[in-house]
Amino acid sequence: MKGTGDTMIDIVLTFRRDRLAVFGTAILCLLTLIALLAPYIAPYDPVELNLSQRLLSPNIEHLMGTDSVGRDILSRIIYGTRTSLMISVVVVIIEVVFGVLVGTAAGYLGRAADEILMRLVDILLAFPGIILTIVIVGLLGSSVMNLIIALTAVGWVGYARVVRGSILSIKKELFIESARAIGCSKLRIATHHILPNIISPVIVLATMNMGTIIISIAGLSFLGLGVQAPTPEWGIMLNEGKPFMESAPHLMIFPGLMIMVTVLAFNFLGDGLRDVLDIKTIIGS
Amino acid sequence: MAKFIALRLALTMVIMLGAAVLSFSLLTLAPGNPAEAILSAERADDPRLEEMEIFMEQHGLNNSMLVRMSQWFRMLGRGDLGTSLKTGEPVAAELWARFPATIELALVSMFLAVFIALPLGIVSAVKQNSILDHVVRFIALGGVSMPNFWLGLLLILFFGVFLGWFPTYGYGSTPHLILPALTLGTGMTAILMRLQRASMLEVLNENYIRTARAKGLNEWRVIGKHAFRNTLIPVVTIIGIQFAHLLSGVVIVEQVFAWPGIGHFLIDSINARDYPVIQGFVLIIAFFFVLTNLVVDVLYAFLDPRIRYEGNR
Repeated sequence: MKGTGDTMIDIVLTFRRDRLAVFGTAILCLLTLIALLAPYIAPYDPVELNLSQRLLSPNIEHLMGTDSVGRDILSRIIYGTRTSLMISVVVVIIEVVFGVLVGTAAGYLGRAADEILMRLVDILLAFPGIILTIVIVGLLGSSVMNLIIALTAVGWVGYARVVRGSILSIKKELFIESARAIGCSKLRIATHHILPNIISPVIVLATMNMGTIIISIAGLSFLGLGVQAPTPEWGIMLNEGKPFMESAPHLMIFPGLMIMVTVLAFNFLGDGLRDVLDIKTIIGS
Repeated sequence: MAKFIALRLALTMVIMLGAAVLSFSLLTLAPGNPAEAILSAERADDPRLEEMEIFMEQHGLNNSMLVRMSQWFRMLGRGDLGTSLKTGEPVAAELWARFPATIELALVSMFLAVFIALPLGIVSAVKQNSILDHVVRFIALGGVSMPNFWLGLLLILFFGVFLGWFPTYGYGSTPHLILPALTLGTGMTAILMRLQRASMLEVLNENYIRTARAKGLNEWRVIGKHAFRNTLIPVVTIIGIQFAHLLSGVVIVEQVFAWPGIGHFLIDSINARDYPVIQGFVLIIAFFFVLTNLVVDVLYAFLDPRIRYEGNR
């Protein structure tokens, strides 16, 4: 955290002892590889229809079977990994940038700016997040772009709160005072002394949020309000599989499993990071 | 205490006012024309331009944003949420009619969660590192990682389709309630279980527990009376907060089970671009959410005097 070699080694060593966190990291690496290499490892075209091969159960040619229009489930799952990870990473990055900016402004400027920004945060927190997201995307219309807008519009609030809180407590620390005493500029204090200390809670919060975001993306797409067919996406696959669940339960099993495994991996990693980076309280959004 | 409550109340009023403005402003996001959406939903052919003009005029949709907002606030003052564009009925009445189904579902989910989570959390802490403890911790982590719509589909598949024990969708009898309530309650069960376990572990290390044991009290009495009671403050708080969250979970769960509550109604209204209903829904949910948080805060201060003093500083 302080950037010295020793602390970094300590962090890595503690982290390696946390078996669940290491397991989560391994799964996430695998998922990232799957997402990046999708065109090379998917056995079939994920959107190509094949009406003679409809609703096949898992077999040698189609390891996870086929859906109601004969598309290969495994290929759709593989490309779906790409869809989910890509959207969620974009969402998290925008949320972090926006949340850190607002939180820093509120915490560092204080007074009126703080008051106004935090009341805005309070107002946004007055709505259950998922409902606000559903309504925004419902009004804007269903598309990936609008999904990202709706998720970020609601999600940045958590970061702003955490960053503001950290800055308020760090401002009182002695090392900030000493930095000021030896004549550091405001900018240098912000970038060299304050920023490194708010990074840890932000990283932990972002990791834990990834899971929630992935569930939201799938949930909204399941409702028909997110990613649109025929794009391969896990939530859409569940929605499409629902009418056939009696005759072809595999349509529902695999996409759901993928969502759960991905979310679980992020939660394991988040839990591990929280312990390692020693973040005691994180106000979740 | 009175000062603390007054302060929290004042803040709540500000937030509610902001929430009302936000609920109204949300509608500026909508690019679609509600007249077109609603008129074309009523019949097969496309509505003509004049018809749309008349519809817009009748429903005051041609007025400027500020005029409509001030009209809306005046209506709110009278407890009027406007009229549904689709059915012509008052929004408040439409929501009110569907509220009982949702509350029924949310309450049953909460009771299921509490009755499953608390005993398991306690036993898991008392028998730390036993097989049961590992199972409980795994369920707690799995429960928060499981998308509730998928869980709902799996429950339908297993208990509805394969075993045929429960109806898979619809509303009416008690059996209809079981699967949706389990689906909605799982997230809360997981969170409560984890919290109950953690608070119990903390309390069990306290000196007064050692004293109780030293007095020769029966172990279950120590746990039930001395330890459990002291874990109640955080647990009750989270139950309150989670109940408010249940109400947001209903949107997806009601959709999975075709449950005729307000969540189902919201999705229908979004698809129909029924703006006044969406506005009213968002506002009511926000008010409910804020009120729940207020009650939880006050209750918390009441249960734990330390909070109050800090608030009064």
